[in-house]
Amino acid sequence: MDQLNLGFALRNAWLIPAIPFCSFAIVGLFIAPMSKKLAGIVATASVFATAALAYAIAWEYFTLFPAGAAHPAIIPFSFEWLRYQPGLSVTAGIYVDPISVLLMVVVTTVSALVHLYSNGYMHGDEGFGRFFTYLNLFTFSMLGLVVAPNIVQMYVCWELVGVSSFLLIGFYYQKPSAVAASKKAFIVTRFADLGFLIGVLILGYQGYSSFPSLQGSIAPELVKYGVTNLQPIDFLYINHPLVLQSLLANGGTIMGVSLLTLAMVLVYSGAAGKSAMFPLHIWLPDAMEGPTPVSALIHAATMVVAGVYLVARLFPSFAASEQALLVVAYVGGFTSLLSAIIGITQDDIKRVLAFSTLSQLGYMMLALGVGTMAHPLGYTASMFHLFTHAFFKALLFLGAGAVIHAVHTNDIWEMGGLRKKMPITHITFLVATLAISGIPPLAGFFSKDEILAAALGNHFNVLFGVALFVAGVTAFYMFRIYFVTFWGPFRSHHPEHAHEAPFTMWFPLAILAVLSVIAGFFPMAEYVSIGEPLEHEGINWAIAGPAIGVAVFGIALAGFFYSGEAKRAATVAAAFGVLYRVVKQKFYVDELYIFVTKSVIFQFVARPIAWFDRHVVDGGVNLSGFVTRRSGANLRHLQTGQVQTYSVWYAGGALFILLVLWAAAMGR
Amino acid sequence: MGLLSWIIVIPFLTAMVVVAIPRSQWKAIRWVSAIGTSINLVLTAVLTYRYWQVSAADAVSIKSALFTKLYFVEQFPWFKSLGIQYYVGADGISVAMVILTSIIIFTGSLASWTVETRTKEFYAWLLVLVTGVFGVFLSYDLFLFFMFYELAVLPMYLLIGIWGTGPKEYAAMKLTLMLLVGSAFVLVGFFALYYASGLNTFDLQRLAQVRYPDHFQAWVFPMIFVGFGVIGALYPLHTWSPDGHSSAPTAVSMLHAGVLMKLGGYGALRIGVYLLPEGAKMWGLFFMGLTTINILYGSFGAIMQKDLKYFTAYSSVSHCGFVLFGVAALNLMGLKGAVLQMFSHGIMTGLFFGLIGMVYGRTHTRIIPEMGGLGKVMPWLATAFYIAGLASLGLPGLSGFVAETHVFLGGFFGNPWSNGMIASTLTIIATMSIVVTAVYVLRGLAAVFQGPITDHHFEHLTDATLPERISTGVLLATLIIVGLMPGPFIDLIEGPILPILNRLNESGVLAAVR
Repeated sequence: MDQLNLGFALRNAWLIPAIPFCSFAIVGLFIAPMSKKLAGIVATASVFATAALAYAIAWEYFTLFPAGAAHPAIIPFSFEWLRYQPGLSVTAGIYVDPISVLLMVVVTTVSALVHLYSNGYMHGDEGFGRFFTYLNLFTFSMLGLVVAPNIVQMYVCWELVGVSSFLLIGFYYQKPSAVAASKKAFIVTRFADLGFLIGVLILGYQGYSSFPSLQGSIAPELVKYGVTNLQPIDFLYINHPLVLQSLLANGGTIMGVSLLTLAMVLVYSGAAGKSAMFPLHIWLPDAMEGPTPVSALIHAATMVVAGVYLVARLFPSFAASEQALLVVAYVGGFTSLLSAIIGITQDDIKRVLAFSTLSQLGYMMLALGVGTMAHPLGYTASMFHLFTHAFFKALLFLGAGAVIHAVHTNDIWEMGGLRKKMPITHITFLVATLAISGIPPLAGFFSKDEILAAALGNHFNVLFGVALFVAGVTAFYMFRIYFVTFWGPFRSHHPEHAHEAPFTMWFPLAILAVLSVIAGFFPMAEYVSIGEPLEHEGINWAIAGPAIGVAVFGIALAGFFYSGEAKRAATVAAAFGVLYRVVKQKFYVDELYIFVTKSVIFQFVARPIAWFDRHVVDGGVNLSGFVTRRSGANLRHLQTGQVQTYSVWYAGGALFILLVLWAAAMGR
Repeated sequence: MGLLSWIIVIPFLTAMVVVAIPRSQWKAIRWVSAIGTSINLVLTAVLTYRYWQVSAADAVSIKSALFTKLYFVEQFPWFKSLGIQYYVGADGISVAMVILTSIIIFTGSLASWTVETRTKEFYAWLLVLVTGVFGVFLSYDLFLFFMFYELAVLPMYLLIGIWGTGPKEYAAMKLTLMLLVGSAFVLVGFFALYYASGLNTFDLQRLAQVRYPDHFQAWVFPMIFVGFGVIGALYPLHTWSPDGHSSAPTAVSMLHAGVLMKLGGYGALRIGVYLLPEGAKMWGLFFMGLTTINILYGSFGAIMQKDLKYFTAYSSVSHCGFVLFGVAALNLMGLKGAVLQMFSHGIMTGLFFGLIGMVYGRTHTRIIPEMGGLGKVMPWLATAFYIAGLASLGLPGLSGFVAETHVFLGGFFGNPWSNGMIASTLTIIATMSIVVTAVYVLRGLAAVFQGPITDHHFEHLTDATLPERISTGVLLATLIIVGLMPGPFIDLIEGPILPILNRLNESGVLAAVR
């Protein structure tokens, strides 16, 4: 790294995952069993320190490569972690480029605020120390994922965030629904990760094969960015145009699909699992069984965007295989539509937010999918939306957490009238709701607008229509829960005793509310882009106008139905009848899964195998034992000890041999 | 007497001391065996350290070597006329396996702290068995190897038959007979090698100098692979394992699943592939297919099990499939992965069976549906169980991941002697086990440890005692250290794999048999 003059933060970038990891180990092993309060303090302090370092890194990186210039990836730190064989090693390290910087900032900010908030929210919980241990573990794994310079480190941290998510969803381990939800989350994402793993195998094999011939023309140019030991599984290698060209030319096709497309679709299946794209979305609503700060951090702002991040990280490869990118776009669009519709009908405040997360994740995927290397506005838009969404969605969840903390129920129909009881929560929640609805000048407006512009710009008219419609639906269901929760009369005895949240809880809300207001003004295009940097364009009112229009219409409709006693809504729901029930039951996708696993796989695969093993394979073993014993028992009768019997057998045998010899002689 | 002989002899001497202690002093017996196994642990540490020092000098020359480079060799004739010698030595693979065995017997003897019936005979036989295991991993004379192998297998009959639970006589008989059938195959293979070489020796290194004719390798390789496969739970010869493991007492299950099953993979690699590279090439794909069945079949079989020990036994069938799959992949990553998986699975399954014993000692049931909510009363055991479970589903950061990715990459990359498309397809089929494993591990553990406490008797159960914490702690630390920092461990085993690999690539260089 002689060529680049790195500052203090970049030189010490390895601390980004190292601080939370050390904190995890120390808190988990020593502090948590000793003092719960101290565990909370140490865990929180460590993440705040990490956040400070992340800001410093962002500052130094964008000083080194200022806005509007090209933003190459640099690797300020790496070491050989695992050598599979000579020429194929996993070099763990820190990969710094605009999107990893962006994610570092987002993850550490939200994580730090959630840690702070949890000190209040989890107060008095038996598992307080355990909770912070898990949160630190998650923060470490997520940061390791963000800075991964190669696909194996990505996979490693990918699994680790999965397991932290599993541990935190099942945090209340004595509650059967939480246990079931944690298993479901892990197993569904594991199933998706199977595709990821196979994709990694294919990319690894192809990379390994092409590496000797291409390394010479790729490695030297990367040395000045800190890549001293390029490996075939490094993103800088996989995404390199020469490598993609060679893979397209030599990879061949399998069943009419190019190998690159196959690999990318497989990798995407992992991304779709983590980011809960249809039909792998079923785990996310159930994941709301975890404590609310966890939902805010993991299942809204950070972990679930890992899938989006993975597609962005491999964007050149996805773009090289056009079909794979189309899959990303249409699955994203479909998911965003489907879950927005389901969101209208749910009554659990956290589930509505979960479906809204699904819908927004679909948006981000859609944005990536409509991008191309030539017109990569979608790429920037996706990252922009990831950025703004992290703040307002974390705010929504933390706000919902404050409400749940105050009223001890998740059901919006048992809340109502909370705006007077909890003014800070109310205002911040309103800010976030406006932001997600895309009302200017809040953050969501800008990023949504960019997504719409990207879709229309690359002539994805259907997806543009879907996105516009979803924007309206989003405004509607978000204001539905807003009105039902904060307006109208007290709908049960719960809200009567509600109080405003303590400082540790409302302070993070306030910070996030500020961020939700100002994040949209960040000139994302000048900082985050792929290939040539983009010009920062103003708002195209021909697109923004209709978007604002549908949002306002959605809000108005929600106000009409839900601001008062909300009797009108029940009438409409009744009018839809069966259709309403189908939507409310989430289109029965969960039931389909249960049928397939319980009734098909367990009954028709696992049970027969278990039976087959006990009765056929083992039966064979027992049979051979049985035959041996029986034949022994029977043959025993031959050995009578009587000379007469033996002589009869002897004579018989001799006669038989004579006969055989005679027959042989005759035959000749 | 050298270091290696001491490692082999100390368990035997400990057993002799145990025999000499009066029956009434059963507490002293426990302490003596704990001390004996600790001495082994220390000697193993010394061995590992010294191996690091001496093997570093050969790091370059080993890359092109055709013969395993042995260290700490002790060699003197035994039956001269038959060419039988006492020949012990160690390479990195042996060292890795000795580390595994030392850890398992140390933790196993701590985990058996509660055995109170015929303590003396129990420990004596256990220690004799371990003598055999150390002997197998360190001997380089086929006759000596086989003698130790039988010494490791036979005490199992008594240990299960006397101290076991459930249908123990049946299980003990089945296990012993099936393993002996395997031994018979191996023995035929050994004698075939002995005669075909015409060297009048059982010396592994000298037998390795011969290039056996292809038609000979074509039938001897499967003999040896299947023979060792029986103890390595090769499908469909694995059925001794569920019955045997579930009937065996804790320490025996730990030792058996943790170490003895590894003798299979070890023998197949050390003797099968090393001596018969051509046979390995001919049969590689076939055995990859068979072990793919192992991997999936075992994991599907585990889903339906109600007894924790059957559950773990089927899981072992699946995981031991990875060992033999790696061996059959016949490339660097596959063979390395096989050794890594032997080690990783040994530690992991030792932990599993140890924990099952500890839980059973408290609840007096091993039936999963009869348990529930135990995490509340035994957090240490629950945490340890979860970490073992996560290791078994291949979570990165624990040793299982390192091993499994090696095996997957090895299988997927294929080798020049078998159809790459089929090898890759088989690997992809095998990878499906990572999902199935997640399903059974999480279902099983959730049913035992999570949810509300189902039986009020469970409310007053206690968490792990100090010996149990030491025992599980050592195993957990091993899983985590190898998982987080696999580098040194990989260095340990990569060197010794290279000669075996070189022989596959250049078997023509060896001198043809007369």
